Amino acid sequence: MAKQSDTIIKIEHLSKSFGEKRVLDDINLDIKRGEFVTLLGPSGCGKTTLLRLLAGFARADEGKISMEGRDISDIPPHKRPLNTVFQRYALFPHLNVFDNIAFGLKLNKVPSKDIESRVRRALKMVSMTDYESRDVNSLSGGQQQRVAIARAIVNRPQVLLLDEPLAALDLKMRKDMQMELKEMHSTLGITFIYVTHDQEEALTLSDTVVVFSEGRIQQIGAPIDIYNEPVNSFVADFIGESNILNGTMIRDREVEFIGHRFECIDEGFGQNTAVDVVIRPEDIYLINNLENAAFTGTIKSCTFKGVHYEMFVETDKGYELMIQDYNAFEVGSTIGMLVKPSDIHVMRKERTCNTFEGTMIAPDKVEMLGAEFECNDTGLKAGDKVRVRVDFRNVSLLDYKEDGALFGEVKFILYKGDHYHLTVLTDNGDNIYVDTNDIWDNSDVVGISIAPRHLRITKRV
Amino acid sequence: MKRFFAQLYLWLLLAMLYAPIVIIGIFSFTESKVLGNWTGFSTELYTSLFNGGAHHSLLDAIKNTLSIALIAATASTILGSIAAIGIFNMRGRKKQVINLLNDIPMLNPDIITGISLFLLFVSLGISQGYTTVVLAHIAFCTPYVVLNVMPRLQQMNPNIYEAALDLGATPMQALRKVIIPEIRPGMISGFILAFTLSIDDFAVTLFTKGNEGLETLSTYIYADARKGGLTPELRPLSTIIFAVVLLLLIIINIRAKRNAKRNQAM
Repeated sequence: MAKQSDTIIKIEHLSKSFGEKRVLDDINLDIKRGEFVTLLGPSGCGKTTLLRLLAGFARADEGKISMEGRDISDIPPHKRPLNTVFQRYALFPHLNVFDNIAFGLKLNKVPSKDIESRVRRALKMVSMTDYESRDVNSLSGGQQQRVAIARAIVNRPQVLLLDEPLAALDLKMRKDMQMELKEMHSTLGITFIYVTHDQEEALTLSDTVVVFSEGRIQQIGAPIDIYNEPVNSFVADFIGESNILNGTMIRDREVEFIGHRFECIDEGFGQNTAVDVVIRPEDIYLINNLENAAFTGTIKSCTFKGVHYEMFVETDKGYELMIQDYNAFEVGSTIGMLVKPSDIHVMRKERTCNTFEGTMIAPDKVEMLGAEFECNDTGLKAGDKVRVRVDFRNVSLLDYKEDGALFGEVKFILYKGDHYHLTVLTDNGDNIYVDTNDIWDNSDVVGISIAPRHLRITKRV
Repeated sequence: MKRFFAQLYLWLLLAMLYAPIVIIGIFSFTESKVLGNWTGFSTELYTSLFNGGAHHSLLDAIKNTLSIALIAATASTILGSIAAIGIFNMRGRKKQVINLLNDIPMLNPDIITGISLFLLFVSLGISQGYTTVVLAHIAFCTPYVVLNVMPRLQQMNPNIYEAALDLGATPMQALRKVIIPEIRPGMISGFILAFTLSIDDFAVTLFTKGNEGLETLSTYIYADARKGGLTPELRPLSTIIFAVVLLLLIIINIRAKRNAKRNQAM
């Protein structure tokens, strides 16, 4: 199987916008022959758009897609050697099961005796033998999805595209179908490109997971690497449960967070560098012996989750951590905690404060983000180009959008143990990052204001 | 008691609505020249209606009516279905405007449609006759077909067209093998509706038939009545038309019910 390492699909600098909104932004991705690749991300992150570009239902604005080294950007969908399983099945209601599955074969002028045997084999593959003459409208959701899969694989495509195929099924059915899909993938030996927003599904099924957010690829990797070594706080938060905390890399192999210093295995961050620290809830060990603990805390809540207990602990320095353990600890009790150096995951911070570009209107007034802000007297002239820095802490969010200098929508919320880190998208399309103790919800519309003394202005050269 | 009066009211109302057509139906089975004079049961009027001879022009009118209805209904079904698919794939404001433009001809009084078509044909210098009547009927029937096909498109899973392309169908094949079977019930109800509307039409036909002696049933009856006294054969004719329309209506209703049931099952 030397060919196994071949690249079957190559995506280069692919971009697509709907009106003002950039849904895909400079996507580069290689997909190997026979691989099970999952495009994972929250709704509206661009993963489905990428799948539609691959199938040929939409055209990219920029960039190209090649398959087996051939540019397929201009090839219409009916000539592409790939088939799609749609989210809402998209079976043809006027045809029975057999005719639905035979649809593609008949179009390709396959001899009728071959059609019969191939349809039967496809039906067997999806465990739907003897359903040939059934009306598709009389089938359950799970059965319809099986027929939809059979309809796609019967054409022996080199690549199978699956657009959230299990999203409409109930949990039990979904788990069963996941296992069957994985088996089908290894039997058929073809490339699967699978779109989902369910991170557990992605980790279970895939050889490679591609994490999407806001039209960009955040991380590409094997499920285990994505889980253990997330590259940024978005991936860490999206994949599995995690404690994401602000920290400082003191020196190589030593990091400080939640008010304590820990030994870790990360190197090369420099000294006294601000970092993000990720610890999975199952990686914090609870012990009754307080002397030997790295730090102590009080159990705030304890909930049984089937296999393990999920506990929230307030540490001695006032941080809140989520911990999963097979044993229950009494609420209110004081316990000790330990973390192994290899379980502390350190990530470089993408930014340590907001940086905006603006223009002075007067010595004490600056225009940025499409609005005017008062600032302390800078001594700069009107028209000077400036760079404005604002600490995350110093941006105030207001209940009413009219009260702020501008307004925006809360896009992403990250809990950092003792505060929330919010990404707020302004109506001009800029991101403002805010640290706050107040509780906001996703897609809240908020007013944004910044006190004059918190604008740190330097002249741009 | 209250229930009794409610029932009585309903039946009285129905009786009043249907009395005229029932009377015509009854008196179509007697030979009397004057309506309201029962001279014993006979199917003579039915026989003479179809044997023609003296009523050659009436038979011509029937033929014209049916052939015009058939051509107009077929053409408007094709045009209306294509238009519905086009409108369905439009977005936003354009779609709203075109939908409104499609609704206006249906609300427009027939007489206005008739006069405006008449003026159009005159100003274009087209001599009026069979062709202009057919064109006029296509014009006022097409919006009704659009109205019948549109809901089928809206109920359709939007992915099935793409699914057909994905399985190797060209856009034309996808239209023929997937979209048309899906909207066929709407096309058939649209056809039946267009057919009955065309047979029923008087005002538009009157203004567009010209003066070459072309008559459809409605214009023939109108002219006949103005000459004084209705030809007795009109009684069996009206009865037959009523029976045919009733049959078509029943078919439309049964189809609508069956479709609703099928959608529920989905």
